[in-house]
Amino acid sequence: MYTIQKKVELNPTVTLMEVQAPLVAKKAEPGQFIILRVDEDGERIPLTIADYDREKGTITIIFQIVGATTAKLNQLKEGEAIHDFVGPLGVPTHTKGIQKVAIVGGGVGCAIAYPVAKKFHELGAVVHSIVGFRTKDLVILEDEFRKVSEKYLLMTDDGSYGEKGLVTNALKELLDAGEKYDEVVAIGPMIMMKFVSQLTKEYNVKTMVSMNPVMIDGTGMCGGCRLTVGGQTKFACVDGPEFDGHQVDFDEAMARASFYRDFERHAYDETCNLFKKEVN
Amino acid sequence: MPNMSMKKNEMPAQAPEIRNKNFQEVTLGYSTEQAIDEAQRCLNCKTKPCVSGCPVQIHIPAFIQEIVNGNFEAAYQIIAQTSSLPAVCGRVCPQESQCEKYCVRGIKGESVGIGRLERFVADWHNAQPDVKIEKPASNGHKVAIVGSGPAGLTCAGDLAKKGYDVTIFEALHLAGGVLVYGIPEFRLPKSIVQKEVNALMQLGVTIHTNAVVGKSISVDELMESGYEAIFIGSGAGLPRFMGIPGENLNGVYSANEFLTRINLMRSYQMGSNTPIMSIRKVAVVGGGNVAMDAARCAKRLGAEEVSIVYRRSETELPARKEEVEHAKEEGILFKLLSAPLEVLGDEKRFVKGLKCIAMELGEPDASGRRKPVEKTGSEFILDVDCVIAAIGTSPNPLIKSTTSGLDTQKWGGIIVNEETGQTSKKGVFAGGDAVTGAATVILAMGAGKIAAKGIDEYLMGKTQA
Ligand SMILES: Cc1cc2nc3c(=O)[nH]c(=O)nc-3n(C[C@H](O)[C@H](O)[C@H](O)COP(=O)(O)OP(=O)(O)OC[C@H]3O[C@@H](n4cnc5c(N)ncnc54)[C@H](O)[C@@H]3O)c2cc1C
Ligand SMILES: Cc1cc2nc3c(=O)[nH]c(=O)nc-3n(C[C@H](O)[C@H](O)[C@H](O)COP(=O)(O)OP(=O)(O)OC[C@H]3O[C@@H](n4cnc5c(N)ncnc54)[C@H](O)[C@@H]3O)c2cc1C
Ligand code: SF4
Ligand code: SF4
Ligand code: FES
Repeated sequence: MYTIQKKVELNPTVTLMEVQAPLVAKKAEPGQFIILRVDEDGERIPLTIADYDREKGTITIIFQIVGATTAKLNQLKEGEAIHDFVGPLGVPTHTKGIQKVAIVGGGVGCAIAYPVAKKFHELGAVVHSIVGFRTKDLVILEDEFRKVSEKYLLMTDDGSYGEKGLVTNALKELLDAGEKYDEVVAIGPMIMMKFVSQLTKEYNVKTMVSMNPVMIDGTGMCGGCRLTVGGQTKFACVDGPEFDGHQVDFDEAMARASFYRDFERHAYDETCNLFKKEVN
Repeated sequence: MPNMSMKKNEMPAQAPEIRNKNFQEVTLGYSTEQAIDEAQRCLNCKTKPCVSGCPVQIHIPAFIQEIVNGNFEAAYQIIAQTSSLPAVCGRVCPQESQCEKYCVRGIKGESVGIGRLERFVADWHNAQPDVKIEKPASNGHKVAIVGSGPAGLTCAGDLAKKGYDVTIFEALHLAGGVLVYGIPEFRLPKSIVQKEVNALMQLGVTIHTNAVVGKSISVDELMESGYEAIFIGSGAGLPRFMGIPGENLNGVYSANEFLTRINLMRSYQMGSNTPIMSIRKVAVVGGGNVAMDAARCAKRLGAEEVSIVYRRSETELPARKEEVEHAKEEGILFKLLSAPLEVLGDEKRFVKGLKCIAMELGEPDASGRRKPVEKTGSEFILDVDCVIAAIGTSPNPLIKSTTSGLDTQKWGGIIVNEETGQTSKKGVFAGGDAVTGAATVILAMGAGKIAAKGIDEYLMGKTQA
């Protein structure tokens, strides 16, 4: 049983859960993900492994409530269980030979970026973290990031906390100031990853992005997660989720992400109505 | 006195215009009278040509004679000696190219409906009150099975009956392999598969769903953790794409994705959170069982027009004849001798058409089939908003890439000794689509049986040595 050991609401729409999953915890590495089903008839959704504890046999997930399934997941309490939980899936973050890295995180993408930053820090690399949020209330994992970063730059769109501006502004300043990174890792909304990649291309800095297309099985069986990378079709679940940002066809990936938008909005409304009824 | 009718008893079925709107089983099965009448068509031939056409050599005339005598349970027991999934194979076997192909009644008139009789017997047996299955005494040996398709389920069952302590590791959240995620409910009700899985659990087989071997745990780690032998029945689940422009537009599915959304995730039911697009006009590229299933599912989802696009002619269609006929009855269109060139999209990158070219059959190729060649200048555009690629699958490279010393063919199939199922790696056996590439349920089941025997001999030999 995949019991929820701990549940913390990090901000109004982002929740952290520590889940009992010994088999996954034994093998998990940063950059990998799990797929879960909340209940018997649930949809399969992928979430990144935000942290793991091999001794306790737990996996930490951090998710943003964006639709029906994440809303249902957020209804579960400590002590309750998730129906299915499979992983670790995908290829771990490539860390070899990297001595200085800039980690760029956007919004809930920071949850995915944090374990990567932590791993680089543990391996002795110099870590500069640049994180961005829409506004102060949405900031997550600040203390955690600070602990593993030599530099920590926090940006908000509205300037309510940290610096006002986009993560690309901050990254550009660092690059212009002569910082030399072996690699930039960008994780966040697709549009952010696209612009980070465009920027770093000008500076010729290798950039990895973490792609999050719609997935089902996560084992390479359906091909629903396919992307074009360097002109070739890749499956994000087995070949990724991290890819060379200079090679990814972002426009295609963004179009594919909108495939089920109408269905999702409808399912979300239905779920919300259901919960409202239960509350009354 | 045998029944000398030239024709098989017809199979009762839902009317086409009704069934193409629901997901309930298309064919309804013989009644007792129909079954006995059909069984009486069998001549009980001494030479049993039909048996030689069955990959697992079911004692066909013997079980049919029991039907004639009304001893349905005895008939079932005869089938069960060699087949562990009769309710499944009686439904999905390509009988016309196996057992029924060799039936002497087929020389003049129609062959005996062997598959239909097999299904009747299995359904009759399944409808009886459950006999409690006794868990056999343990022999103390642990075996791991990778994958819960027909190959894995059969291997697990045979070993459990011999007293082995068997654990199945399945990547998905549900056991059954293609039987649950690929073949649709209207051809193979999922309750039948569930029944087989339950029977295995009663035999003491443990099923670990949500365990991807090669990711959650590797074959080598299974060995280290005390499994003395391992059977790999991981199937051929990696979908092939067409390699034409526009393939990643919204509305282009692999058949695997389309069928998984519908069968495994039940996206056609109210209340399922798994989306499937609402489709208007669909082109399914390919001509096998998978293509027929995808097309018939699309129709049932409410598509106005569904076309099969296949580059050869009707005689070369690899699908079972019955499926092609059922598809036609349900209103599926066949655009034969046509090959896709490009998927066309609108400004939002949704599919708006499929550009094709007409083909003609040229000289026979190495496989003996006449090779399709393009007719220059014959391009045409199909008005569709969904394209489903059903052009084949190959073994997933995950196991190969994470297991030391496992030899495979260039195209990914695991190499085995055909008599024992033994691979190049000590203690590791394999069978089914993972070895042969996409094939059939009965062949996968047969391979599971061979490997179970191979594993038993290997472990018993080891114990005695
Ligand atoms: C490898 C990977 C790692 C991810 N890690 C995280 C994470 O750590 N934290 C987090 O909050 N989110 C993460 N996501 C995104 C997360 O999977 C989606 O937010 C979630 O599936 C939304 O489901 P929903 O039903 O609540 O929303 P929906 O209303 O169904 O969808 C909202 C959005 O989520 C996307 N989505 C829907 N279904 C899926 C699916 N089956 N697979 C992928 N995306 C889908 C849609 O494109 C849509 O934009 C990750 C996605 C991938 C592919
Ligand atoms: C749509 C469709 C229709 C078909 N129709 C027919 C038909 O009418 N008649 C017929 O005879 N045949 C038909 N077939 C073919 C038949 O279903 C297959 O040949 C048969 O299922 C193969 O059995 P298998 O046990 O080798 O593999 P599968 O049934 O593919 O099962 C393999 C299982 O292994 C699991 N797995 C894979 N990798 C791993 C891993 N790394 N770790 C753990 N688990 C893993 C998979 O999730 C799957 O459950 C059809 C196939 C499809 C796709
Ligand atoms: S298992 Fe298949 S081939 Fe064998 S007798 Fe039954 S239907 Fe015929
Ligand atoms: S070949 Fe046909 S008629 Fe002869 S035994 Fe087999 S099923 Fe009966
Ligand atoms: S999620 Fe199905 S192939 Fe990647």
